[in-house]
This record gives sequence, C-alpha cells and structure tokens, in this order.
Amino acid sequence: MPSLKDLRNRIASVKATQKITKAMQMVAAAKLRRAQEAAEAARPYSERMGAVLANITQAIGGGGEAPALMTGTGKDDVHLLVVCTAERGLCGGFNSQIARLARDHIRKLLADGKQVKIICVGKKGFDILRRDHAALILERVDLREVKTLGFVNADAIAKKVIQLFNEGGFDICTLFYSQFKSVISQVPTTQQIIPAGVASAAAEATDGGNAVYEYEPEPGEILSDLIPRNISVQVFRALLENAAGEMGAKMSAMDNATRNAGDMINKLSITYNRQRQAQITKELIEIISGAEAL
Amino acid sequence: MPEAFKFELVSPERLLVSEQVESVVIPGAEGEMTVMAHHAPVMTTIKPGVVTVKTAEGKAERYVVFGGFADIVPAGCTLLAESAVAVGDIDRADLARRIQEAREDVADAKDDETRSKAEQFLSQLTTLEGAILPA
Repeated sequence: MPSLKDLRNRIASVKATQKITKAMQMVAAAKLRRAQEAAEAARPYSERMGAVLANITQAIGGGGEAPALMTGTGKDDVHLLVVCTAERGLCGGFNSQIARLARDHIRKLLADGKQVKIICVGKKGFDILRRDHAALILERVDLREVKTLGFVNADAIAKKVIQLFNEGGFDICTLFYSQFKSVISQVPTTQQIIPAGVASAAAEATDGGNAVYEYEPEPGEILSDLIPRNISVQVFRALLENAAGEMGAKMSAMDNATRNAGDMINKLSITYNRQRQAQITKELIEIISGAEAL
Repeated sequence: MPEAFKFELVSPERLLVSEQVESVVIPGAEGEMTVMAHHAPVMTTIKPGVVTVKTAEGKAERYVVFGGFADIVPAGCTLLAESAVAVGDIDRADLARRIQEAREDVADAKDDETRSKAEQFLSQLTTLEGAILPA
C-alpha cells in the first residue's frame, strides 16, 4: 500500500502530465487548422493540373509521343516505394499505420520475387522500416527543419525520384501516405505515381475537351514538362495530407491522453481520500482505546 | 472599354489571383503574349518572367513567376505557376539564390543539350532580375 506522500506525489505528477498533453493537444489543434488551410489552398493547383493533363493526353491521343514517365518502362521488376510519414511521434497509430501498409506491400513484392527500393520521407517511418528492411532503404529525406511545408520540399523529392527513374533505377514508383479524411480518421493510402495513371483522368475530362487547342510549344514537349511537375504536385499533396493527418492524429491522441490522465487523477484522489480517512479513524481508535484503558 | 474575362493565377501553395481582368501579359515559352477576352484556346509553357495583369478596374498588377504553364480558353485564362509572387514582395535573396543555382547547373551540365537548357534558364533568370530591379 503506497503511503499518503507517495499518492500525493503521484497525483501531482499525473496532473503535470495532463497539463502537458492538454497543451500539446491545443498546439496540434492550431497546427491542424493551418495544415488544413494549406491543403485546401493547394487544391486548385492540383485540380487544374489534372484537367490540363487530361486535356493534353487527349490531344496526343495516347500516341507514341508520351514520355516514359507516363507510359512506364513496360516492366515491373523494380519497385520504388516513397513512404511519407511524420517527423515526430506522439500521434497515436498514425506512423505505424503507414509503415505497416508499406511493410505489407514490401513483403508481397519480395515474395513475388520483385526488387524493392525505399525512400523514406520523415523520421518515424524510417525508424520502423529500418528494423526489417534496412538494406532496401536508399535514402531518408529529412523534413525536420522545415517549418512550413513548401512546394520546394516536394519538388526536391520528386526530382530525386525522376532522376532515379531516368537512370533506370526502377520501373514502378508508389507513394505511401495517409489520406486526411477527418480529424479522427486518417486512411493510409498507396498511390502509383510512375507510370502516371492519366488514362483514367482523360476519360473523365469530357467537358470543354472538345475545344481545339493550340499548343505552344508542341503537345509532346509540354507534356514532358508537365509530367515531372505533376509528380511534384502529387508528392506535395501527399505531404500536405500527411501534415494535416499527423496533426489530427496527434490531436485525438493527446485528447485521449488528457482524458486518461483525468480518470487516473480521479482514481488516485479516491484512494488518497480513503487512505487519509482510514488513518484518521485509526488514530481516533488509538486515542479512544488508550483513554478507555486508563 | 474592353470586355473583362476571368483570370486565375495559381501556385502550388495557393490561389494568388482569381478575378475579372481586362488583359494579361504572359511570358510564354515562345515569346510574350497578351491575352484578352475571347482568346483562341492556347496552351503554353511559360518561362521565368513578369506577368502583368490589368484588372477590370484599370489597375495594373505585376507578378513574378518562375516557370509553369498557362491554359487559355475563350472564357478565361488559368496560369499555373511553379512559384509566383507579387513584384513588390519579391525576395531579392531568393532570386539571387535561384540564379546561383542556375549557374551551378550550367557548370554541372554533362552534355550539350542539358547545358543549353540550363544556359537558357539562366539567361531568362538574369533578364528577369534586370526587369524587376529598377521597379
């Protein structure tokens, strides 16, 4: 049985923890709002990019002009996985969910006899994947110093990927990130970015697609400029969704922690009160029985 | 009074401009062009340069863009810029850094094709710097 002093200390320490988790929750809430705003602000660009891309693809008509980034190498032997996770922990199952999805994918690919390469964005995913597949990790992109996620960060990652592709480093590139559904729900998602699945988008874009465009320079040339940019945009979107998701997950994790701390304080206070009462009663009995004995 | 049309300037980070304008001057890859209402559908890549927007109220606004492309239809014009800032807000240090990077690219170029591309990009950047410095 812990002494009264122990209990008092315990309650004080849980209270301090509760204060910290509460503060972290509020910080996460503020950051979440900003991350959501950033994600929303980035939406018009990627939407219009998709429309323009579909338009050009239609103009080319899927002919032989399309660059390799779009059509792929025609093989699927070497897979590159870009796993985007958060830089920091304390956000529930957020990082481990993405890492698990990636790990399952890696296992499946390895079982099929494919070659796998990994680029980790964010520290946490790297830490998890390093345990099993350290040999497969090519690189780890560190975004720890980055305060506000800019397009340049995504662009740098995309450039690396494209360079690797041009060197013949891989055939298929898949992006792993967490889709931000709501504050309480982030869904780990895979998305294939090379070869880009533009064909489906082209089929959808029927409105306004009939207009006869003039292209300056040639459609093929625009396309070869556009596709790498589109990859950057996809990566950027994934990073933004991740940032929002991380904050959402952190917020609910910290909310839970605060609530748990509250429950714990209640329980400890009850024990503390009971014990104090027991001690008082004991002392009273001692005094009374002492008086009676006289 | 020329007819107004919808112009949108979008960078990956945000939507910078979305308003009714009279005309827009775009630094197209094959030369500058002025877009007005009912322009024929054109799609063009753009080089680093200054976009001049003349709004429906007659105000002129200038933005610096670093590459991207423009989608022009009779009803409006959408400019997807890789990076865009209003001329007043341009960060000189950032521009200097980009020029420095471009110089390094020229130095690092392995074959003639990439070198000529890098050189072209560098010259576009220096022209841009020259164009906005007095402003």
